[in-house]
Amino acid sequence: MALTKTECIAMYRTMVTIRQFETLAGELFAAGKIPGFIHLSLGQEGSAVGVCSCLRKDDYLTTTHRGHGHMIAKGADLKKMVAELFGKKTGYCKGKGGSMHIADFSLGILGANGVVAGGLPIIAGAGFSIKMRKTDQVAVCFFGDGAANRGPVHEVMNLAAVWKLPIIFVVENNQFASTTPHCDACAVEDISLRAKGYSMPGTTVDGNDLLQVRNAAETAVVRARKGEGPSLIENKTYRIRGHFEGDPQKYRRPEEVETWQKKNDPVARFSLFLTREKMLTEKMEEGIWREVETELSAAVAFADQSPFPEPEEALEDLLSNP
Amino acid sequence: MPDRILSCSAALAEALNEEMTRDPSVFIIGEDIKAHAGIFGQFKGIPENFPDRIIDTPISESAIAGVGLGAALTGLRPVVDLHFSDFVTCCMDELVNQSAKIRFMLGGQVRVPLVVWCPDGAGLRAAAQHSQSLEAWFVHTPGLKVVVPSEPADVKGLIKAAIRDDDPVMFFQHKKLFAKEGPVPRGDYVIELGQAAVKRPGTDATLIGYGSGFYLCREAAQQLSEMDIDTELVDLRTLKPLDMQTVAESIKKTRRAVIVHEACRTGGFGAELAARIQEELFDYLAAPVKRVAARDVPMPFSPPLEDFVLPKVTDVVAAVRGVINRKASLRGGSKSR
Repeated sequence: MALTKTECIAMYRTMVTIRQFETLAGELFAAGKIPGFIHLSLGQEGSAVGVCSCLRKDDYLTTTHRGHGHMIAKGADLKKMVAELFGKKTGYCKGKGGSMHIADFSLGILGANGVVAGGLPIIAGAGFSIKMRKTDQVAVCFFGDGAANRGPVHEVMNLAAVWKLPIIFVVENNQFASTTPHCDACAVEDISLRAKGYSMPGTTVDGNDLLQVRNAAETAVVRARKGEGPSLIENKTYRIRGHFEGDPQKYRRPEEVETWQKKNDPVARFSLFLTREKMLTEKMEEGIWREVETELSAAVAFADQSPFPEPEEALEDLLSNP
Repeated sequence: MPDRILSCSAALAEALNEEMTRDPSVFIIGEDIKAHAGIFGQFKGIPENFPDRIIDTPISESAIAGVGLGAALTGLRPVVDLHFSDFVTCCMDELVNQSAKIRFMLGGQVRVPLVVWCPDGAGLRAAAQHSQSLEAWFVHTPGLKVVVPSEPADVKGLIKAAIRDDDPVMFFQHKKLFAKEGPVPRGDYVIELGQAAVKRPGTDATLIGYGSGFYLCREAAQQLSEMDIDTELVDLRTLKPLDMQTVAESIKKTRRAVIVHEACRTGGFGAELAARIQEELFDYLAAPVKRVAARDVPMPFSPPLEDFVLPKVTDVVAAVRGVINRKASLRGGSKSR
């Protein structure tokens, strides 16, 4: 389906929001404002926006420890996100989850996940529930190349295919599972090849080309909504930052990172496309970046001014019926 | 008194049929449950009555438990059949890291109305990977409720409460007790989670059991009464939340407690309960709290070996006599179980 200018600009704006959010999160972490550890998705914006722009609000999604971008692309509130990263009471999870468990259930987000591949079994349940309740929702599961090698992935993909569940499996192959390069950990170069073993469509796309991702996702979403079953999309991308903020990154050369940043930046590539298509002027672009910056400043101010939870609140929210 | 007798498995099937009639969001999912209405016949009638809501799966425990959690998050009330409780190890992440924690991690945004039904226990010569009693692992996991019924009426009342509960419940039902019979109330009989039952009043010592341990206690109480020792029998029924009030009321009266479970002794639920009793009731106690439990080995296959490892009625009787005659208890302390 041809995209309108409005849709394209909206997608670009979301990419810029993720880019700025993650950049700022890195700075805030370095400044000691964010406790614990965080995993940034800089360089992977095309995957998040390309997929989530095909989704409705009531579609389900599970994400990973590197989940800020997916949250933003599904429409999350930046104020509640920053507040959660700060551990504040006003955060999405009232400070109980942090970066690795951030979620907005009202947007169909069934959790980021601290366990690699942890979201896959959950998405199987969401897909099953859609089928049982006979709605036309779909369920999307983001996971990484590292997760692709875990056992539950096999169980869930097989089950999803046997039952024709409305699931879109999106593997973001960012080339590294923590410190281990994909080629040292996986028997196939293209993870999408595995789809064949589950009789589901599998496709590998340039994950830093927003439109390629979007096209693949749209095909898979249409298939799922029609009840024809799951698909596997592999978005080949590159993690610009370390596995976590502070990662010494001895497993790769700085020049490699620089090359990706300069020559294959998904945000810059989409900007170039929009400029060539005469959808985006320099002035509009400046305006978008400035607006997002303002929005983020407001989110940080909100989080800054928000209180920490009372210590005793640690005992709340465990059970519905204690 | 109810006017009819049912087995534990019939009580379960009746409760599930009633709950599935009452609430169309309830479904059962697991391995090999449709063809024979469960490998123990525990789902009798459900394949005929609700063919679309009893779901056979591939042998994929992570996926099965994940389906349970994901479905619970999105509007359904799953009952996951784990086939044998021992197979929880194949889906521990989904149960312990995900189901138990997701509501908390998300700051209370979600409810998890999930029941994980686990047939457990030894005595069937099923060896080390089909005989365990693993309830203590889950008591040690905040976010899960743990139910271990013993008698058929408890099975019916507690499974109904578990299904209606909005939190994840681990429901352990002993394989060897499926055929045990007892009176079961007709109709919508629900036992609130977290309520123990005093199943025999007594004055000399409190026997605390659950699951198969309840039956050891009941038999021991009978034998002890013939020796003029009058024991009170508390069936815990739910381990988490724990009904400490009922336990405390009994111990304040008898001043002596023996805890009985089939799970192996070290780190078992008896350890937790004994600790609570000494913390909260030390001044009432006339004797140390004793535990009767399985030996700390995996369950062996050969009948004489398995019988040796499992706790027996004679062990319970000896333990009670020990706490009543404290000197005898101390003398036999290091060898007793």
